[in-house]
Amino acid sequence: MTDAPFVPDFGDDDDERKIAFICSKGSLDMAYPALIMASGALEQGLEAHIFFTFWGMDMINKKTMGDLKFSPVGNPATHMPAALAPLPGMQTMATARMKKQMEELDIPDVPTFLTHLSDMGCNLWACKMSVDMFELDEAGMIDELDGVLNVSDFIEIIEGAQTIFV
Amino acid sequence: MPTTTIAGREIHVDDDGFMTEYDEWNEDLAKELAAAIGIGDLTDGHWKAINFLREDYKEQGETATLRRVTASGGIPTKELFQLFPKKPARKMSYVAGLPKPVGCV
Repeated sequence: MTDAPFVPDFGDDDDERKIAFICSKGSLDMAYPALIMASGALEQGLEAHIFFTFWGMDMINKKTMGDLKFSPVGNPATHMPAALAPLPGMQTMATARMKKQMEELDIPDVPTFLTHLSDMGCNLWACKMSVDMFELDEAGMIDELDGVLNVSDFIEIIEGAQTIFV
Repeated sequence: MPTTTIAGREIHVDDDGFMTEYDEWNEDLAKELAAAIGIGDLTDGHWKAINFLREDYKEQGETATLRRVTASGGIPTKELFQLFPKKPARKMSYVAGLPKPVGCV
């Protein structure tokens, strides 16, 4: 070994990286990917933005955020016979099961996760058009929201960011 | 397994430079590890995080994630970002002489 100690390179001097996620879905299984990836990005010191739009508004709507559902209908990855998926009670069962799996992995529920991301410095934006469409107001959305943006403003803010649409 | 010498002590590290031998670590070494990555004085806040990580690793067999340090260790995430700037999960693992966390959240 050389005389200089071998120390990890944390990349603190790297150029500022930026990442943005667009959350357009309101189902439980489609809420988690962006939240988990954003958390990983923030842990790596990236600047992160999440833009909630259309059904993704359910993730930040206080009335719905704690009660997102997972439906096995039309999802072959559940490996359930397609004819069984639409039966009564199946969605409730599948949702409960997914929540339990997440809990076992120490993954917080969606509202707690959003607070965690905000604490990590994540920028959370609501889509202006969706806010109007669903007739939401700021009081009805998560307290951690950084603002309501129209698309032009969002595009301006995420200049240079790697952008992922969910 | 590579070794490196920090403050006159030879320690075993992985390919990224994180310590691999739990028992080679002590508090004096932690100060040196912190200094090596640009963290000057270790405050009570730093030690609270480091001690939680050490204890938790002994019980769980893996390094706690940032979320776990907040949820189980009771240290707010915002504070962890102040104590170990930019990449708290990895930096505090390094100073605590543990592998970097494998969990995602």
